[in-house]
Amino acid sequence: MASRTIAAGSDAPVYYEIDEHPHPEGHSTMLGFWIYLMSDCLIFAILFACYAVLGGNFAAGPGPRDLFDLNLIALNTAMLLFSSITYGFAMIAMQGKNVRHTQMWLAVTGLFGAAFLAIEIYEFAHLIHIGATPQRSAFLSAFFTLVGTHGLHVTFGLIWLVTLIVQLGRHGLNPANQRRVACLSLFWHFLDVIWIGVFTFVYLMGMLT
Amino acid sequence: MSASTTAEDPALHADTSNHADDHHHGIEIPHASMRDYVTGFVLSVILTAIPFALVMTGALPAQVTAVVIMGFAVVQIIVHMVYFLHMSPKAEGGWTLTSLIFTLIVVVIMLSGSVWVMSNLNANMMPQAHLESQIP
Repeated sequence: MASRTIAAGSDAPVYYEIDEHPHPEGHSTMLGFWIYLMSDCLIFAILFACYAVLGGNFAAGPGPRDLFDLNLIALNTAMLLFSSITYGFAMIAMQGKNVRHTQMWLAVTGLFGAAFLAIEIYEFAHLIHIGATPQRSAFLSAFFTLVGTHGLHVTFGLIWLVTLIVQLGRHGLNPANQRRVACLSLFWHFLDVIWIGVFTFVYLMGMLT
Repeated sequence: MSASTTAEDPALHADTSNHADDHHHGIEIPHASMRDYVTGFVLSVILTAIPFALVMTGALPAQVTAVVIMGFAVVQIIVHMVYFLHMSPKAEGGWTLTSLIFTLIVVVIMLSGSVWVMSNLNANMMPQAHLESQIP
C-alpha cells in the first residue's frame, strides 16, 4: 500500500553520474584514427575534383590514351589487392596472439606494397623520360598530384609497417601494439579504397575518352 | 567521522569501476574473420577484373562502359568498407558510420559542385567557333 502511494505520488528516482568513470589508455584511438582517415578522404576528394576539372586540358600535349599502359595498372592493382588480403591474414594472426605470424604477414604485405610503389615509380619515371612531366599540361599536373599523393601515402604506410614489425619484435603483442596494427589496417585498406577511385576514374575512364 | 568517510571511499571507487565495466569502454578492435577477408578478396578481384576486361577489350560502347565501370567502382568501395574496414552501424557506437556519412555528403557536394561550376564556366568561355553550334 505504501509503495503504491510512493509510485503514484512521485516519478521514478533519477540518478545522475557525477564522477567521470575511468577511460583506459587509447580507448578512443580507433575512432580518432577513423576521423583522421575521413579528413584524408577530403584531401583526395579535392584532388579528384581538380583532376575532374583539369583532366581534359592537354595543352596540345599527350592525353591518357598516349601515356597509360593498362597492363601495368592491372599489375599494380593486383599488388595492392594482394597486400590487402595479406594484411587481413596479419590481423587474424594477431587475434590468435601469434607474434611471428603477424610479423610474417605484415612483411608480406610490405613486399606487395613495395612492389606497388616500384611499379608506380617506374611508370612515373617513364612518363617523365618521354617528356610527360607535371609541367607539360594541366592534365599532367593534376594526374601527378593525385596519383603521387596516393603513392606518398603508400610510402608512409610502408615506413609505418616496417616500424611496426620492429616494434612487434621488441615488445610483442601488447595492447598498444595491437592498437597500432589495427590502425594501420584501417590506413592500408583505406588506401586500397582510394586506389579503386584512381584506377577507375583516372586510368580506365582515361582510356575511354 | 573522517574515518567513516575514508572507509566509504574504497566502496565508492569499487562501485565506479564496476560502472565503467558496464559501460564497456575497452579498446575496441573490430573482430575480423577469415571468411570476411576471403569473401572481400574474391569479390574485389571479380569487381576489378570485369572493368579492366571491359576497357581493354572494348566489348561495349564507350558511354556504356563508363557507366558500368563507375557502378563496379561504387560496389567495390562498399565491399572494401564492409569486409576489409569492418564498417557496420554498430562500430564505435555508430560514430564511424556517422562521420563517414558526413564526409560523403561533403565530398558529393564538393565534387559535383566543382564539376558543375567549372563545366558551366568552360561552356561560357568557349571561343566563337564553338558557340555557333549552340545557336538554335
